[in-house]
Amino acid sequence: MKRGSIAFWGTAALFLVAVLAATQLVANEYPFFAGYVILQFIVLSVAWSILGGYAGYVNFGTSAFFGVGVYTGILLFKAAGAPLVVQIAAAAMVGAFLGFAVGLLTLRMQGIFFSIATIALTIVIETTVTNWRFLGGAAGIQIQRPPVTAPFHSYVQLLVFVQAILVVLAVAVARYIQNSWIGRGLQALRDDELAAECTGVPTLRLKMVACVISGALMCAAGAPAAMYLQYADPASAFNLNYSVSVLAMALIGGTSHWIGPVIGAILLGVTQQLLAVTISSEVNVLVLGVMLVVFVVAAPEGIIGLFRKGRRAEGKT
Amino acid sequence: MTSAPAAELPLLRIGGLTKRFGGFTALDNVSVDIKAGERFGLIGPNGSGKTTLINCISGAFRTEPSTVIFGGEDITRLPPHVRTRRGIARSFQIPRTFRSMTVIENLMVAADFTSATHLRLSTDDHRDSSMAILQQMGLAAKADARVTGLSQVELRKMELARAMATRPKLLISDEAMAGLSGSEVDEVLDLLIKLAGESITIIMIEHIMQAVMRFSERIMCLDAGKIIAVGQPSDVMANARVQEAYLGT
Repeated sequence: MKRGSIAFWGTAALFLVAVLAATQLVANEYPFFAGYVILQFIVLSVAWSILGGYAGYVNFGTSAFFGVGVYTGILLFKAAGAPLVVQIAAAAMVGAFLGFAVGLLTLRMQGIFFSIATIALTIVIETTVTNWRFLGGAAGIQIQRPPVTAPFHSYVQLLVFVQAILVVLAVAVARYIQNSWIGRGLQALRDDELAAECTGVPTLRLKMVACVISGALMCAAGAPAAMYLQYADPASAFNLNYSVSVLAMALIGGTSHWIGPVIGAILLGVTQQLLAVTISSEVNVLVLGVMLVVFVVAAPEGIIGLFRKGRRAEGKT
Repeated sequence: MTSAPAAELPLLRIGGLTKRFGGFTALDNVSVDIKAGERFGLIGPNGSGKTTLINCISGAFRTEPSTVIFGGEDITRLPPHVRTRRGIARSFQIPRTFRSMTVIENLMVAADFTSATHLRLSTDDHRDSSMAILQQMGLAAKADARVTGLSQVELRKMELARAMATRPKLLISDEAMAGLSGSEVDEVLDLLIKLAGESITIIMIEHIMQAVMRFSERIMCLDAGKIIAVGQPSDVMANARVQEAYLGT
């Protein structure tokens, strides 16, 4: 247990140092543009998996949380010129509150009804933002980035490092939950909600905790996005593609361990970036769909499921 | 029953409990007291309301105020997990396990969420206490086995073990012997009698008559949601209405 923790934090520190070193050594901007998107998807799918994986409540509202994060950042920047750290922290708080509200309204519903309610949420919030003139409305809004701070040479490099910190944060939270009594409770209620209740698990409260944490992380991941694109509009910030991609990444990676969504997001994120450069960004959705179907049929427990099965088979022979 | 001293409050009091589903009355004005330490058998034909009664006691179904009183307190407004923490544990007619976990992890869920000190105790402490219960139930060898690989009798024992891991005052066993062979029935029955010897009150729902007769100090028979007999096992068996409900004539 203790040794695992040292290895985990060592790897996390090494990862951050590597990202920081890359921002200093690599002059070409493109890898950072691509890397930012992949890191952002890692945060989103790890966050999604806290409720969708551990608790088994499939959330189609990732784009709602992401978009709220984007617009929280814009609102604070436009109204008060808030620095990036404040934008992210505020987005996390708004996300936690939104997660709480959504949980309160929807977590008494089970299975498919919860998923439908989360789709509705995306539409309601997108409509609200579309009609909010201060935030640019349907036409979108341009953002002028503040000057970059040392030691970074470009703002995108800074954003990549910030998103890398969010990755470490999200993974650390997911890992803590997985190994603690919260994780065991969520796993129990995913397997059988009534049996969990009758074993003393406060199922509603645990689902709320998962929804709040998941929502906070998703919103935090969205907050720097407007700075990254220097532009935002409701149709792309609340694009349902986020919900579908994130769900696919988590399921393809496997949701029973925090490393699953990380692997899934890297695999799919890299594939999407390569396709966007070589063929077109439209073909992404097709590839995503095909991969999801292949995995649902061939490896319902995702990539980590395959690994575990392999290890079990080895153990037997 | 006539002159029970005031100090001897029943552990569980069901008072005028009626449960309707739409126009169907599943339980009709059921009242019964169960004393601490009692071995109580609950019988009745299929659909007579036995499991509905268990669901009302454990909290899966909500009922009218003060129809279920446990340890002198009205628990009708409490959700199931709070009732479990107060000391009501149950098994399910069709085993409902946490199938993605090992046997001992199933028990550790109970230990995690029902001990008042769960934040201070380490995972290892919970593992030890869960292991002790598995030993008692004769499942220690299966501790690290996946639940999906268990046999029927092992599943039944695991459900009872998980219920025991919540440290109950009242254990409700809902047909824990259904589908077991003769020797397995005796095995589970011996376990339940052993648990009752540790001053745990047990309500046993069962269709296997010799098991109910051997186990129970008192038996209650339900038919179509009504109590048709309650008392000594031999008296209940001799009751004409009970025989009619079971034999149909």
